[in-house]
Order: sequence, then structure tokens, then C-alpha cells
Amino acid sequence: MNKQETLEAQYSKILQEYMNNQSEQALYAAQQFSRTALAKKVPPEEVISLQKNAMQQLMPDLSPEVWHSFDILLEVMTAYGFAFREHQSLLDTQKELKNEMEIASNVQDTLLGTSVPTVDGLEIGALSVPAKQMNGDYYHFVHDGDHSVNVAIADVIGKGIPAALCMSMIKYAMDSLPEYRKDPSAVLESLNRVVEQNIDDSMFITMFYGMYELRSNILHFASAGHEPGFFYRGKDKEFLDLEARGLLLGVDKNAKYKRYEQAVEVGDMVILMSDGVTECRTDEGFIERETLISYINEYIELPPQEIVNKIFRDLERLQHFQLRDDFTIIILKRTK
Amino acid sequence: MEIQSCVSILNEWDIVAARQLGRNVAKELGFGTVDQARITTAISELARNIYLYAGEGQLCIDRLNENGKAGLRIIALDKGPGIPDIRKVMEDGFSTSGGLGAGLPGVRRLMDDFNIDSNPGEGTDIRATKWLR
Repeated sequence: MNKQETLEAQYSKILQEYMNNQSEQALYAAQQFSRTALAKKVPPEEVISLQKNAMQQLMPDLSPEVWHSFDILLEVMTAYGFAFREHQSLLDTQKELKNEMEIASNVQDTLLGTSVPTVDGLEIGALSVPAKQMNGDYYHFVHDGDHSVNVAIADVIGKGIPAALCMSMIKYAMDSLPEYRKDPSAVLESLNRVVEQNIDDSMFITMFYGMYELRSNILHFASAGHEPGFFYRGKDKEFLDLEARGLLLGVDKNAKYKRYEQAVEVGDMVILMSDGVTECRTDEGFIERETLISYINEYIELPPQEIVNKIFRDLERLQHFQLRDDFTIIILKRTK
Repeated sequence: MEIQSCVSILNEWDIVAARQLGRNVAKELGFGTVDQARITTAISELARNIYLYAGEGQLCIDRLNENGKAGLRIIALDKGPGIPDIRKVMEDGFSTSGGLGAGLPGVRRLMDDFNIDSNPGEGTDIRATKWLR
């Protein structure tokens, strides 16, 4: 009630001032008033009522037709009030959804959390940034004593919540693989069967799985249609494609995944990524792998974590800070 | 104590009659012009739903007096196809996507109390109350 009185008094004062001298100042006051009214969620039909009441005070002798005209205006604005309230309610719903998404994204971080292993002689950098709140990219490290460091990087075709839900399944399928099955082709073959049986036909997953043997310094790897990584040969300062052939996960339950090998010397690097990195769209179209190499080259002397951070920062800027796809990049560097 | 008056809804003109009835009662009870407009808008929506989706039905207006508080209750009754998923028609934006129960969430927000009962094949009973402040 009190709010109503003060709003009425304010409105009446503004109207009176404007009647006296049609000043810009009064109009500005009216604009300020509408900000307060909107903040208090005053619906439009109430504003009509404010106007009518104020006029009845200031100009009681107007002809009856003028007062009748307000009935029509009131009726019309009540319908606008209907829409105004729906808008308010949709805003509240949107806020709730946003909060829920934030919680879901935290849950996802916990579910899919992996820590980058600290290994003597191997430096590792990893970064994964979702385009929206939920990440459809995934990477995972397993440090198997002094035997090996295993790394998985996967990308669900699609993004957002459906992709994120899919990823949780992959993570649990991977966790439940028997200890002895760390061989890259065996891992991909098992996961392929899981995906084929459990995921909608319209959804596909690409994955790269690598097992870095610490004693021999050989990277064994296999790929299920994943974006090819780079192998950087430190001695020659050259980048080679880490090519591996294999069908996407979930297409054919009998798919076989060939195992490849790459010997890694001191100063060499293995660079893995999701297609969010190579399909980084700029004003001139997708960036070329060559362009990406030139970016990596710029930071080549830095520790891997700094390289991935800086590349992300540069590519983010190149896309005007709007990621179109989830972005994941991992670098392993043999240091001794 | 409740005093009830009803209007049969068979065609679009009956929506006007229902509005008139609601407005008269609202005026008598002492509702201001803004609340009168809200009550008649709610009546319009409910009567229109009957006309559009049930074909025929009744719209009644109750005068309420509970613990010295005066109020107006709109009752919309029909024996139409009913609403299979009430939660859905109470969702914002549902009516704009061209479904049943146009603007029911809007009616709920215009009024103080809102209650809906519906069974597929049996019809729908909607009650919405506004209290005099």
C-alpha cells in the first residue's frame, strides 16, 4: 500500500511539473520513474491507473469522454500486463536453469576430473575449455607406476548437455577396463563396443588413446577417427602429423583399431587436440594446421602447460572470444 | 456464504456476457478499476478456452466472504475433452506454441488463488479467486 502511495505521489508530481512547463527535466524524471517502476515489477495496467488518478487530481473538470477513454487503454494494457508477467516468469525460469547448469557443470568437473601426472623426464600440459557450460571434450591420464603414462582424449560430435552426458559414460567405461587392458587398440575396441551398445545412433565419439612407455620412451597409440595430433621432432625442429587410422566409436561394433608406435627422443613433443582447436573459425575461415603450427612454434621453448595456455589465449582472441566448439589441447614433452 | 450466478458459454458473445457478469460483481464488491480489468481478462481467457476447446460449458461467479474478507471466484466448467497433461498447460510459453489451455499460467498470475481439475474425456473445472485488499 505504501509503495503504491509513494509511486502515485511521485507520478503526480512529475505530471504536474510537465503540465506547468514542458521541460526535458520532467521527461527525464519520468524515465527515472519508469526504472523504479520496472524494478518494482509494476505492470503496465497499473501505470495507466497512475496516470488516470493523477489527472483526476490535477484536472478534475475534463469531459467524461476523456475518462471513458481510459477504460479502453486499461483493458488493452491489461493484456500487455499478461505478457509482462509471463516475461518475468520466464526470466525467473531462465535464472533457475542457469543455476542448474552451473551445478551440472561442477558435477561434471568432479565426475570427469583427472590430474596431470608428475613424471620424471616427461613434462605435460593440458587444457580443456567448453564452448558452452558443459564440456563434450574429455581427457584423462593414467599414471601406471614407472611403467607408463596413458593419455586419452575424446570428443563427442555435438556439444552441450547431450555431449556431456555421453562423456560421463565413456569415463566410467574406461575406469572399469581391466588393469591389463591398457593397450591402445584393446582400449578403443572395448570402448567402441560400449558406445555402440549404449549410445544413440546419431551420436559419435572420436578418441585418441596413447600409452607412453617410460622405459623405452615409445608412444603406442591408436585412434578412433580423432583429429590427428602432431609429433614435434626437437632435433630437426619439424612438425609431423601423428597419423593413425580408425573408425569413429559407435559405428561398427566389430571395428578394429590398429596400434601405431612413435619413438620419442629428448626434446620431442606429442601434441594432441580436439577439433575445437583446428576448427577454430576466424574471419578468414577455419585456421589451417599450418597456422596452428606457427602459433605453437612461437612458444616452443616454454614448458608445455604454458604453451597450451598461450595457444588457447591466442586462438580465443582470434575467434573474438566466442568459442564455437569445445577446446582441448594436450602436450607431452620428453625432457630427459 | 456463496452467491453464485452463471453464464452458459456457447458462442463468442457469451464471453462478453460472462465478462459483464464478472465486472458487475467485481464493482459491487468494491474492486478498483485495475483489478476489475484483471478479473475480466481472466474471465475472457477462461471463457474463451471453453468456447474454443470444449465447445460449451459454464462460467460462474461466486461472491466469497471468508473471515470478513470479501472475494470473487471465477468457476469455469466444461464437459469437453479434458486436459491430459495439466503440468504442460501450466507451463509458460505453452499456449503460444499453439496448444490447449491458452494463457492458463497468465490467469493464475492475475488472480490470487488458482485451482484446476481435469480428466481426459470428462471435462475441466477451473477455479480462480481474487481477494479484495
